[in-house]
Amino acid sequence: MTTYADYATGTPVTDTKAPAGPIHERWDKRRFEAKLVNPANRRKHTVIVVGTGLAGGSAGATLAEQGYRVVQFCYQDSPRRAHSIAAQGGINAAKNYRNDGDSIHRLFYDTVKGGDFRARESNVHRLAQISVEIIDQCVAQGVPFAREYGGLLDTRSFGGVQVSRTFYARGQTGQQLLLGAYQALSRQIAAGNVEMHPRTEMLDLIVVDGRARGIVARDLITGKIDTYFADAVVLASGGYGNVFYLSTNAMNSNATAVWRAHRRGAYFANPCFTQIHPTCIPRTGDHQSKLTLMSESLRNDGRIWVPKAQGDTRPPNEIPEDERDYYLERIYPSFGNLVPRDIASRAAKNVCDEGRGVGPGGQGVYLDFADAIRRMGRKAVEARYGNLFDMYQRITDEDPYEVPMRIYPAVHYTMGGLWVDYDLQTTIPGLFAIGEANFSDHGANRLGASALMQGLADGYFVLPATINDYLARNPHQDPVTDAHPVVQEVLAETEDRINLLLAVDGDRTPDSFHRELGELMWEFCGMARSDTGLRKALERIPQIREEFWRRIKVPGSGEEFNQSLEKANRIVDYLELAELMCLDALHRTESCGGHFREESQTPDGEAARKDDAFSYAAAWEFTGTGEAPVLHREDLVFEYVHPTQRSYA
Amino acid sequence: MARTMWDSSVGKKTVMAVSGVIMLLYLVAHVIGNLKIFFGAGEFNHYGHWLRTVGEPFMHYEWTLWLIRVVLLAAVVAHATSAYQLSRRDIRARPSKYVHKKPRAGYATRTMRWGGVILGLFIVWHVLDLTTGTVHPGGFQEGHPYQNVVDTFSTWYGNVVYIVAMLALGLHIRHGFWSAAQTLGVGSRRRDRALKTLANVLALLLTAGFVAVPVGVMTGVVS
Amino acid sequence: MKLTLRVWRQKNADAEGAMSTYEVDDISPDMSFLEMLDVLNEQLILAGEEPVAFDHDCREGICGACSLVINGDAHGPERTTTCQLHMRSFRDGDTIDIEPWRASAFPVIKDLVVDRSAFDRIIQAGGYITAPTGSAPEAHATPVPKADADFAFEHAECIGCGACVAACPNGAAMLFTSAKVNHLNVLPQGAPERETRVLDMVARMDAEGFGGCTLTGECATACPKGIPLMSITSMNKEWLRATRKAGKR
Repeated sequence: MTTYADYATGTPVTDTKAPAGPIHERWDKRRFEAKLVNPANRRKHTVIVVGTGLAGGSAGATLAEQGYRVVQFCYQDSPRRAHSIAAQGGINAAKNYRNDGDSIHRLFYDTVKGGDFRARESNVHRLAQISVEIIDQCVAQGVPFAREYGGLLDTRSFGGVQVSRTFYARGQTGQQLLLGAYQALSRQIAAGNVEMHPRTEMLDLIVVDGRARGIVARDLITGKIDTYFADAVVLASGGYGNVFYLSTNAMNSNATAVWRAHRRGAYFANPCFTQIHPTCIPRTGDHQSKLTLMSESLRNDGRIWVPKAQGDTRPPNEIPEDERDYYLERIYPSFGNLVPRDIASRAAKNVCDEGRGVGPGGQGVYLDFADAIRRMGRKAVEARYGNLFDMYQRITDEDPYEVPMRIYPAVHYTMGGLWVDYDLQTTIPGLFAIGEANFSDHGANRLGASALMQGLADGYFVLPATINDYLARNPHQDPVTDAHPVVQEVLAETEDRINLLLAVDGDRTPDSFHRELGELMWEFCGMARSDTGLRKALERIPQIREEFWRRIKVPGSGEEFNQSLEKANRIVDYLELAELMCLDALHRTESCGGHFREESQTPDGEAARKDDAFSYAAAWEFTGTGEAPVLHREDLVFEYVHPTQRSYA
Repeated sequence: MARTMWDSSVGKKTVMAVSGVIMLLYLVAHVIGNLKIFFGAGEFNHYGHWLRTVGEPFMHYEWTLWLIRVVLLAAVVAHATSAYQLSRRDIRARPSKYVHKKPRAGYATRTMRWGGVILGLFIVWHVLDLTTGTVHPGGFQEGHPYQNVVDTFSTWYGNVVYIVAMLALGLHIRHGFWSAAQTLGVGSRRRDRALKTLANVLALLLTAGFVAVPVGVMTGVVS
Repeated sequence: MKLTLRVWRQKNADAEGAMSTYEVDDISPDMSFLEMLDVLNEQLILAGEEPVAFDHDCREGICGACSLVINGDAHGPERTTTCQLHMRSFRDGDTIDIEPWRASAFPVIKDLVVDRSAFDRIIQAGGYITAPTGSAPEAHATPVPKADADFAFEHAECIGCGACVAACPNGAAMLFTSAKVNHLNVLPQGAPERETRVLDMVARMDAEGFGGCTLTGECATACPKGIPLMSITSMNKEWLRATRKAGKR
């Protein structure tokens, strides 16, 4: 009998859309070679966009401005609430306003290096090029970025880089950028160019004759399951960090859209590349429902330390300077507290594993602002981080101006996602994935302030250019209706799943399964992964899945507003996706970026990459629930940035 | 522009603010005139007569007074009509109340509506009492306002009605003046304290000034 | 902690609602208010009852989804969102009343969930700057004085939760509308649509059935993001200015 772990290897995938030639000319070249749709004909094309975050919101607005008919969905009650809104720190752009040696090439280089050489060069370079236009676009929309007294834009530096290229709006950059996109989208909704469906969740993808032609979605208020058809479908539904139950994601962020697309044929790439963010507020107990991030920008001025001695329970202010270990500054003198996220997270885990962690359960390290307050004064610290300090105090009931903050790593972002080519098209023609939903630009680790950049680059600039090519090449697709046998089948499957969830009537709540899965994943597929641990998880997940379908209890009916049903239905997909994450982590026996295999480390405990064996993106093909998937490799070619062992020392 | 004003909730508030300010200015003049009563019947009655001859010879007898009355009537009607319409809108906008009730806002703010109604009724009585004499206690004497005032405040109900109304007026002005400033957009963070103080001072001075008269009659200072 | 909860239960938009009483035990003071409701809901599901429906998403005080009136206060006793309210603000043995936002422009969908789409329509009426993608000039072409940028930011912080409407005795949306008007109108980029923006948004606000402003200040007191009451004054000024200019045209 073959088990899930006995995956087969299929034909390699290749990105046929990225043009050859000098890297800085590729995007221009691609745009020129792409076919265009006559403006008069655009109205005849319908594009479905799922999600209204930075990527989805900006894409919906831009496609509508171009003249396409956009039908857009979000599960929230308003497009303005997508989880991009919670991004705090900032957005990178190679503007070089500081004249500190920044350039498009440096942003490109930093991103490829920060991603531990597991991203596609062409994509990353395009991202760096577009970063400059994003700032212009957002300023024109009225995004209130921080400014200096001269009226010009302010910037700050962020983890993993040595230039100051991060634009920000206090600690609410994501909110302000999202509201910019939301407002642009609102203008198009008012103009009748976007048909917006809030409180509507995509439950499946409709693929007819090998092309994405629509979705099945449930109206969360009435419970009505409906079909929507289009000439192309864009998924901008975000990442899958909520597989871990506790993460910095919103409670309702979910993987259903991408996972359903995967089940319908889209390859899923690098699912094990998950980012553990180093600066989150530690959990306080079993009741914890989510974790709250404290912006990485805090590491600009805060100093991270733990006591030198194990089990030192003195209050932080009573521990003298020479008994403190500022471990990041000690191990990585040139980057200090600003090392990339994966490194900072792992270092925190290491000191806690050594028994030097602080706070309840020893699961925390100090982030201390005493020096910064001494240097700049409390007022300046307040101006920079006031809202973050307030948030910390509200949650922990401790005053970070007086007592150092306690932080601990938490699941934050997923670099993996649907495999896409240079055009951001998945392996299903007509299905595009943008923002966190795709796998493309961050490799094995994302740098701070790059998610906002990528989401907006994809939505404002890349997708609106590349989708033209697809629609121009497929100008007359046969209309699809509910009567089509494929549609009938997909609809029936969706309804069956909902009915089954309601019918089990067992004795366990959806949350209890989600929590159990999350704990399993955090333990075996979290910050450090091992062969034995992953195999254990792979053994356990199908058991949980089996138990889920036997014991789940979902009250109420399907024909009403039913939040338990929504939750349970999302867990169905987590229970399958988690398995793929573990398998991907198991097969990648190297350490890279956010993926740390205990078997693959240097003598001093740093991640050891194996470029000879693993310089590829792993794109997985679905073959059936619990059945071994097929691996398709996309080899990564590095022409401009030579892979080296990352060093931030 | 008039249409935009009247059709909008913000516009109607503007109408209320402007008409309120007109009435307020009038009240300031009114209270100053009232205080003349403390200088004896001669001076007060002379002032009453002067009101009718202001503007002569350009204006005919009582023309100025009537002009003021027309403006005031328009202000009262505009103020009351917008208040009525806005209140209906407000009540419609919040049809179901919270089960858990909490005391809300300041007293002056909460009493604007009922205070307004009280003041409206008071104005009617006040005009019938001291302008037309219709409901005046004792014989109303045209041209002898001093005696008329003394008559009114020699009755217990005259004093009660008047003093209650003046307290309502104080509260109304206290929130109304500051509120009008916000509606007309002249408030600002820098000026807020000054505006609030001014509102309180105006409310206090006007109430005290008006109430002084019945108190004067009651205590025998005016007789 | 042991608590008694009185919660508004309403099957759907058309059904009659009423307060129901529940007991919860073993509540930690470190729990957020919503985590306390999670405990209640787990309890209800296992007892075969329907859990209490409430809107929530980011649980870090920024998405604006959560929306509960707790003991008569929008978002409860602290100046923050419901999700950032912690149980340490309550005492063992307390009885807590939990109700939905109340306003005719925010009809109840189920239990504590209301329909706030009226806010979206106010933004659609003019709460944007027309800047189609690709048309933007270089970001530094127009410097913005820091004071203006700060003013814009202060108003842009609005999370659209609707606490202002819930707290206002008139169910008015002036604070929400003014926050967006002020954010965009103070910026040079927002200048070309300055007049139409305020006129159209106010008209839409009225059409949605929100009440008028009587400057009670309840909105600003309830606002978890501290949008000042003066925001309404600034919008009134903008509105009057726009009306005058429209009259001249």
